[in-house]
Formats: sequence, C-alpha cells, structure tokens
Amino acid sequence: MIDSDANERAELNSYRNRPDKEGMFGIFGGRFVAETLMPLILELEEAYETACKDPQFKDELEKLLTYYAGRPSKLYYAERLTEYLGGARIYLKREDLNHTGSHKINNCLGQILLARRMGRTRIIAETGAGQHGVATATVSARFGLPCVVYMGATDVERQQPNVFRMNLLGATVRPVTTGNATLKDAMNEALRDWVSNIKDTYYLIGTAAGPHPYPKIVRDFQSVIGDEVYSQILEQEGRLPNMIIAAVGGGSNAIGLFYPFLDNKDIDIVGVEAGGFGLETLKHCASMTAGSPGVLHGNRTYLLQNEDGQIREGHSVSAGLDYPGVGPEHSWLKSTGRVQYVPVLDHEAVEAFQLMTRIEGIIPALESSHAIAEAVKRVPKMSRDKILIVNLSGRGDKDIYTVGKLLGMDMQSAF
Amino acid sequence: MTTRINQTFAALKTENRAALITYIMAGDPNYGIALEIMKVLPQMGSDIIELGIPFSDPMADGPSIQAAGLRALGNGQTLQKTIDMLQEFRKNDTTTPVVMMGYYNPIYIYGVERFLQNAKAAGIDGLLIVDLPPEMDQELCIPAQQAGINFIRLATPTTDDKRLPTVLQNNSGFVYYISLTGITGQSLTDMSDVVTSVNHIKAHTTLPVAVGFGIKTRAQVEQIGQVADGVVVGTALVNAITATLDSEGNIRDDPVKTVCDLVRELRLGV
Repeated sequence: MIDSDANERAELNSYRNRPDKEGMFGIFGGRFVAETLMPLILELEEAYETACKDPQFKDELEKLLTYYAGRPSKLYYAERLTEYLGGARIYLKREDLNHTGSHKINNCLGQILLARRMGRTRIIAETGAGQHGVATATVSARFGLPCVVYMGATDVERQQPNVFRMNLLGATVRPVTTGNATLKDAMNEALRDWVSNIKDTYYLIGTAAGPHPYPKIVRDFQSVIGDEVYSQILEQEGRLPNMIIAAVGGGSNAIGLFYPFLDNKDIDIVGVEAGGFGLETLKHCASMTAGSPGVLHGNRTYLLQNEDGQIREGHSVSAGLDYPGVGPEHSWLKSTGRVQYVPVLDHEAVEAFQLMTRIEGIIPALESSHAIAEAVKRVPKMSRDKILIVNLSGRGDKDIYTVGKLLGMDMQSAF
Repeated sequence: MTTRINQTFAALKTENRAALITYIMAGDPNYGIALEIMKVLPQMGSDIIELGIPFSDPMADGPSIQAAGLRALGNGQTLQKTIDMLQEFRKNDTTTPVVMMGYYNPIYIYGVERFLQNAKAAGIDGLLIVDLPPEMDQELCIPAQQAGINFIRLATPTTDDKRLPTVLQNNSGFVYYISLTGITGQSLTDMSDVVTSVNHIKAHTTLPVAVGFGIKTRAQVEQIGQVADGVVVGTALVNAITATLDSEGNIRDDPVKTVCDLVRELRLGV
C-alpha cells in the first residue's frame, strides 16, 4: 500500500510520463486533424504499441542503428574549446558522425520499420534544410520503397546539394510554392498528399511535432541520443553533467537529448531557439520565447501567429530551424519551467560555426551552431569542475554555401 | 433545440428534394463583394450557406480555396469581420441557415466562449471545423451545442463501421459526407461508392446526410441529390469568383453576377 502510494507520487512528479492516452502534454499536443486521417493515426498508434512489445522489432532497429547508422555516436571532450573559454568542461555529442550526417537517421530507421510492419508501400516526408529529406530518402532506398519529399521552393533554392542528394537516392523532390514556400507549407502539402493517398502511403514526420502519436514516436526514437550520453558521461567522468544544451526548431534532437535527463532535477536543461535578426523584429523563429499557444499541423503548441490566429512566417539563417511552431512536449516543458528556452541570433550562430571549425576542426550544422553559441555564453560563467554537454546534431557541410555568402564568398555561382 | 438547419431540412423533406448547400470564402475577393454574394445566394436558390473562415494554413483544402483564403486575408479579413458579415446578412435574411466552416486556430485565438457568444448573437446556426475530430470534442463541439449551435461532423470513406458511431455521437444539424479521400477541388469519379456510403450512414442515424467534395456541375448535383439530403458545392463557386479576377486579384468582371448564374444553374439540379 505504502509502496504504491510512493509510486503514484513518483509518477506525478515525473516529467517522463507524458503524453497521456489522448496524446496530451498538459494543454499541449493532441490530435487536431481532419476526420479522414483519424483512422490512420489510430492505426499508427496501435502499430507502434505492438512494435514496442515485440523483441524482434527492437532487435532489428538496434542492428540497423549499429551497423547502418554507425551508433553509438561518440561523446567527445572538446579540450581546446574548453581551454579557450576557460570554464566548464565541454562535451559534444557527435550526431554529425551518423550516417547521412545528422540525428535524423535515428527516427527514420525506426519509422520505416513501422511503415513496413503496417504494410505501407510509399513513403512521404516534409523537409526544411533537407536533412530529414535526405535521411528519409536514404532509408527508403535501403528498403526499396518509393519516396516523395515535399520541400518549400525557397528551401529548394538555398539547399541545392541536399536536393541533388535526394534525387541520387531515388526520391522525388516536390517543390512547394504555396504560402511562403518554406517548411510550414511543405508540411501542409505532405498532409494533403497523405489525406489523398491513405491506402498505401506512410507519412514519415521528421520532427517531434504533428498529431499524436508522432511527437511521442519521434521522441522515443531520438531518445537513443540521451540514453547514450547518460552512460557515456558516467563512463568518462564518473558523474552526470551539470548542464545539457540543444538547438530547437521542431525539437527532435533536443527532446532526444533531454528526455532521459528530465527527472534528474539538478541538471540544468537549455533549449536554444532561432533568434534570427532579433526578437524585436518579426524575423526570427523563437516560437516559445516570443509566440503564443495555438493549433497547427495536428497539435496545440507555441506558434508564431498574429492576433487573428493566422500563422506568421519566421526567419532563421538555418533552414532547419525555420519553422513557426515547435514540438508540443517542448511547449509543455517550457510551461512547467523544467527546461529553459532562449534565443540565439543569426550572427551569433554563424560566429559559433566558425569558432568550432577553427578550434576543434569540426564543421557543425548551423542548427547545432545555435546550441554552441549558447554554450559559449554560459561556459565562462561556470566553474572548471562543472560539465556541460552540447548536442552537435548535424554536420555543417550543407551550410557552407549559406555561410560563404554571409562571409562575402558566393560559392554557388562559382561552381 | 431546433435550429434553422433542422427547420430547413424538415421543410425540404415535405418538398421531397435535397438541399443545395453553397460555400463561399468570407472576404473573397473582398468584404463588400463577399457580403453581396452572400445576400443573393438564397435568392438564387441556395438553401444553406457555408461561410468559410479564412486561415493561413488550410491543410484539407486544394489550391482554389487556399488561394481564396489568402486573398481574403490579404484584403484584411479577420474572424471578427466574418462574424460582422454574418450580422449584416441577418439584417435582411432571418431564415437561411449559415454554417461557418474552417480551422480551429482562429477561433481558439479569438476565445471559444467569446466566439460562441458573438457568433450566436450574429445569427450563426452551425459550425464545421475541419481539424476538430470527435477526440477533441471538449474544445469546441460540446460548448457549441450548449450554446445552441449545431456541430456538423465530417464522415469520410475512411470512416468504417467501428468508427462511425464515434463520428455520429455529438453530431447535430446534418452529417457532411466527404465523397472522396483528399482535398477540396478534386474530381469525383465513383458515384456508386457514394451511394453505398450515404445509405450506410443513413442506416446509423436519423440526421440528414449531405455530400460534398468534388461536386461541380448541375448533373452531379442532380445525381447526388437523389441519394443524399443535401449537396454541397464549394470549389466551383470559388473558381467562378476567381475567374472574374486578374492575376493580381483585381476585379475585371462581375463576380456577383457570375456566381448568381452558376447557383441558378446548380439549383435546377435539386
């Protein structure tokens, strides 16, 4: 009796027992979709629950993560950056070393196995920077399934190398010209495709957003990041970190790192949003710092919107953070105060991009550079016995054109 | 409660014909003309009006209705102005049912309670909110019914026997059967499926069943009208309005007259 009470209290105090069975994280999340899609997301929920109980599914996924994606990814002590900043010891979780160059592969491998279990024969996805599109095209090629990737026409222009990569992998990239032709519009178009092709199509969502059960599924598949960090830091330092930091667009790499640490309440957790040109302008994507709760793309979450509930377009130098919403679990973690969310400006991210490249010989993605920039601000204020871990969610090769342009070197026209 | 929607379907039953339900986007191409069009719709034979609430991200709509919504928003349409439009309409028409159709976010941001109060005062009869399935009934469906507003639900070709009772529960006014899986504005091809589905739904409910999505011509209205209690035409009206505009959205032909001609023609189908 006493034990079960204690368990119940522990449950109530846990940050790791959401969503509830309706898919809610507090007031956030849910299933705000057209009726046509309801039977599909209910089917997905059931298929996922069954898969989770199946040792064969776990086994197959683990093998793919190990031998195909190259996991576990390393936890690397950034010695020179630590010396340079003169504060806490900095560790980098090297998701950039995964196959396809980012954390996106973790979720794609999990979901393509689900799609196969559900008998779906066609894969669709949305992409912003192209990282999720490339990862989806990759797993589709690996399993011989046709793949269509929706990508805003604006993003197609600024991420040409990834578009070509997807084409090479056999995927069809459909440029989306509706709305403002970025990630939000690509997601609308993917939903329209799904609702029109329900019988054979699996929608492989790349971020921890969308209708339930997607935020949970993506979080679970990405939690491999935090689970590995947990044992790696214990092995290397004999103790847990004092602070963990990750960039948040939709928030899949961040929730993957954060989730296993949520109940270790003495660990500070920081999510970094795209501050763009600054929050006083409308040119940013800091939906949690500067937005308000609303309903879009199947879930209630913090959004950039006007007073009439119309969604605003954001801006970020990083196409992967250029989304006016955020995963519902982050909205909930913000509202509970468990995670602190802060903005980092475009130029700060670009400076961190250069710093990491020069000092550690690692070219980070512009998304991850936001998290690095925040670490650069915090580390000098922390004592040398403290440990800080940054999720280096992806490699920056895709961003050299963008950064080149900002530094006055236009490579795209040079080739 | 008895609403204008209930009365209209009851009256049509005695006439032994289906309802012609027409959709327009509030504020397209601008507030004034949209209001004018709304006012003449009943005179041209429209039995029920669906008034679209513009939204920046209409996930279930095709290119025509998306563009209409963006045009309206570009011309300053807001949810408040859509309520105002209804209030203006009601000054001359106290009998034609009006169903507001759209997505949840503008209502959520306006405030559910405030919206229900103001929309009711303006003369709303029903609500059809695309992204609020039965699982989300606490959000708006139940408060709306308590405020005396019908909540119209979508049934689709994916609604199987297991799902149908869930969809019909808390549904009032009429059931809106989407005749194809997909977005608005596509073409309807398989009539026999529609007949089977409508009869199937009717076996489970006493509510009238209206059919929409993909219905554009008088001939289709006539065909559907023989099996369903209502026929919804949306994209065809929006396209007719679009055809009177140039590529910048400036009016070069008379949108009111164009819509009148179309609706008068469609009405001959029921």
